[in-house]
Amino acid sequence: MDYLAIQILNGVQLGLLMFLLAAGLTLTFGIMDLVNLAHGSLYMMGAYFAWTLIGWTDSFVLGALLTLPAALALGAVVEAVVIRRLYARDHLDQVLATFGLILFFNELVRVIWGPAGKSIALPAFLSGTVEILPGLPYPAYRFAIIVVGGVVALLLAWMVQRTRTGMLIRAGASNRRMIGALGVDINLLFTLVFGLGAVFAALAGLMAAPILSVKIGMGDDILILAFVIIVIGGIGSIKGAFIAAMVVGQIDIFGRAFLPDLLKTFLSNAAASTAAPAISQVLIYLVMAGVLVWRPTGLFGPRT
Amino acid sequence: MVEPLLSVTGLLKRFGGLVATDNVSLDVREGEIHALIGPNGAGKTTLVHQLTGQLAPDAGSVRFAGLDITRLATPQRARLGMARSYQITSVLRDFTAEDNVAIAVQAHRGHSFRFFADARHDASLRVPARAGLAAVGLDARADTLAANLSHGEQRQLEIAMALAGAPRLLLLDEPMAGMGPDESQRMIALLAGLKERRGILLIEHDMEAVFRLADRITVLVYGRAIATGTPDEIRRDPAVREAYLGDEAMPC
Amino acid sequence: MIQALRTRRGLVVIALAALAIALPLLTQAFDQRYLLSIGTRVVIWSIAAASLNLILGYGGMVSFGHAVFFGIGGYAVGILGHHGVVLGWVQWPVGVLAAALWAAAIGALSLRTRGVYFIMITLAFSQLVYYVGVGLEAYGADDGLNISRSRFPGLIDLRDRAAFYWLCLALLGLVLWFSARFANSHFGFVLRGAKSNDVRMASLGFPVFRYRLAAFTISGALGGLSGVLLANHDAYISPAMMSWVKSGDLIVIVVLGGMGTVFGPVWGTVAFFVLEESLKPVIDLFRKGWGEYWQIVFGPILILIALYAKGGIDSLLGGRRDGGGGHG
Repeated sequence: MDYLAIQILNGVQLGLLMFLLAAGLTLTFGIMDLVNLAHGSLYMMGAYFAWTLIGWTDSFVLGALLTLPAALALGAVVEAVVIRRLYARDHLDQVLATFGLILFFNELVRVIWGPAGKSIALPAFLSGTVEILPGLPYPAYRFAIIVVGGVVALLLAWMVQRTRTGMLIRAGASNRRMIGALGVDINLLFTLVFGLGAVFAALAGLMAAPILSVKIGMGDDILILAFVIIVIGGIGSIKGAFIAAMVVGQIDIFGRAFLPDLLKTFLSNAAASTAAPAISQVLIYLVMAGVLVWRPTGLFGPRT
Repeated sequence: MVEPLLSVTGLLKRFGGLVATDNVSLDVREGEIHALIGPNGAGKTTLVHQLTGQLAPDAGSVRFAGLDITRLATPQRARLGMARSYQITSVLRDFTAEDNVAIAVQAHRGHSFRFFADARHDASLRVPARAGLAAVGLDARADTLAANLSHGEQRQLEIAMALAGAPRLLLLDEPMAGMGPDESQRMIALLAGLKERRGILLIEHDMEAVFRLADRITVLVYGRAIATGTPDEIRRDPAVREAYLGDEAMPC
Repeated sequence: MIQALRTRRGLVVIALAALAIALPLLTQAFDQRYLLSIGTRVVIWSIAAASLNLILGYGGMVSFGHAVFFGIGGYAVGILGHHGVVLGWVQWPVGVLAAALWAAAIGALSLRTRGVYFIMITLAFSQLVYYVGVGLEAYGADDGLNISRSRFPGLIDLRDRAAFYWLCLALLGLVLWFSARFANSHFGFVLRGAKSNDVRMASLGFPVFRYRLAAFTISGALGGLSGVLLANHDAYISPAMMSWVKSGDLIVIVVLGGMGTVFGPVWGTVAFFVLEESLKPVIDLFRKGWGEYWQIVFGPILILIALYAKGGIDSLLGGRRDGGGGHG
């Protein structure tokens, strides 16, 4: 029972990380109609920034906090130099150009930080366990991710639902021409949303870094998962991204935590431990395919 | 009595709370131009979309050439002999004018799962395509990319494409939109010659054209057909004057 | 042939074809075996790119999972060989057919969606197969599997590098010939018309979905063929053959070469491999040891291509693109 509870929490934690990544992606997608493959690069850059800044300040919290404005600046630069030129282009141009950005960032990291992976050590107060329920200890850092991720998700929901900026974002996601008609400075709104997305991606990257290690290309595979999430949720929908991220998180953890034992009943140990994580990935893509067949624009996507 | 070419009965379409098509019934007979008029947002294009199958109605039925086509897909309806032009010009911009019409001809020549024969030199496509261009006065522009044709020429090209399959019913959605007076006059002359052997449902804002061309007119307001009749009857109809024509110059 | 000599494109094609045919003799004369291997890879990737071009270039379907057909073709050869079925006469048709079937299945589902959703669902399906490959412990999982080359007894020995190269080249010639016919066929007109304006094509009476599905299936089959060849070239299969980055590379190649042109996929592949092989030494000239970072230059090149050079290399050769009106 405890094992099950902990695994569910792990799924929530993973889901929240992916939600942070997917939130920025679904907004840029929904509002700017932009396919940004380089979103995973911002996640990676967040992790590397954090590694440098934490080493520099010798404080995990301070370094992590400094990473966010750094990511915002990076996002603004990328938006101004490349992304802004892509809004009016078709999806193919966007795929091509942002694919180029991925190659660029992966190599840039190799030039600056070298090919070897980095690890970020946890401060003492986050490396123990906390008792989240009587008799149920849980790693403190993972719990911190859940708290931070949850708070950010709530903040984002509040912002999108309750503030004027959020109203514009929602309006933009469902009808791009309308925000122009409202007399809003679209360029500013786009830069803001892209920068916000970069900050969320970097936050996800830096929070994942101590668990997953910091390495080149770390953003590539998780990017695909983030795409899966926003497509399942429906492009432009924060709520959809959240629900899809939770589902994907649970499937992934299920594949890692429970499937191996299940498979071992009829497969060899080695085959089972190879197959289980693969099957959980396959399951995620099957869920996505199923959703799209059922609803071609995702769970909460725009209807035509 | 002979069944009309197209008969629409009790068509209903809702978008959320908005009733875009409210229990509309109308018919188009062979050899007539039936005009559909109404203020912007009256649901004219929505109605056409349901006739061509691009939108599915929530209730009601559409019969065409003796068949119930309410549930048929767009391409099937097209091959039964229903052709349309679009309010916003819709041609294949990357193809020449002749190719546009040739493809329209090809649509009515059985399936196109032919991977080897060269469609550029298929006389059974090219000859009717050139004839179709000549019929709308575009023969000199055959080799011009559709994207490079003037707006008026593109509208003529649309008509040529619609006529390519020798359709029994033409659905023309504002064929004169955006045209200058000269071009409009030419289009009116062209349309007047098209109604033999077929029916035409004409949506048009140009009242002069409507009253000159139409045999019957249906007035659509807020998705509802408030009146159907000859041009004279429509002119005299008080409800029509009240709802629609009051603020526009009335052609006499 | 005489006519071809009159255009710049014709001259370039003939010159390159002559060079391509002579390549094994040249690499032998100058003792550069490595170059023949690269040449073979270029030819195989050209086939894959040409197959993607059928749907991406002519059909406008941005399929972001085309490398999956490398994998399906390759695994068909590898798995059959692993179980003792070594005859090419069995392996190759199975590989092509499996790829076609998979393409038909995912096409039937994916083509219901549009735009970004289509890009993503094709990507997702290729990831699905990728992870199946990763999960197959019996066939090497992540590490892949060394395989023996297909056997065509009495006909050709694929271990003979030159013979295998010529076989690939001949198949590329066939694929390009097919592409050229395809583009201007009745089918090709429908497909290109649907790329230009699919709503219009439907209202003209074309069931667009069926045509697209047929194109998707043909494209998958030819992609499977390239996978069969790739596995035979490497004598090795692994899930990395079908990683999404490879799918991205294929899109890059098709756009770089010129979408919807017969020879574009070849130009694109050659340019891609030349850039890869030459950027390294060129960058090394400026700063020793930095050549391995060639992608830091290649990435921005891609961005520039996307922004400013949509016509691709083929448009440099002049003349109207085959993907245009095609009247003539």
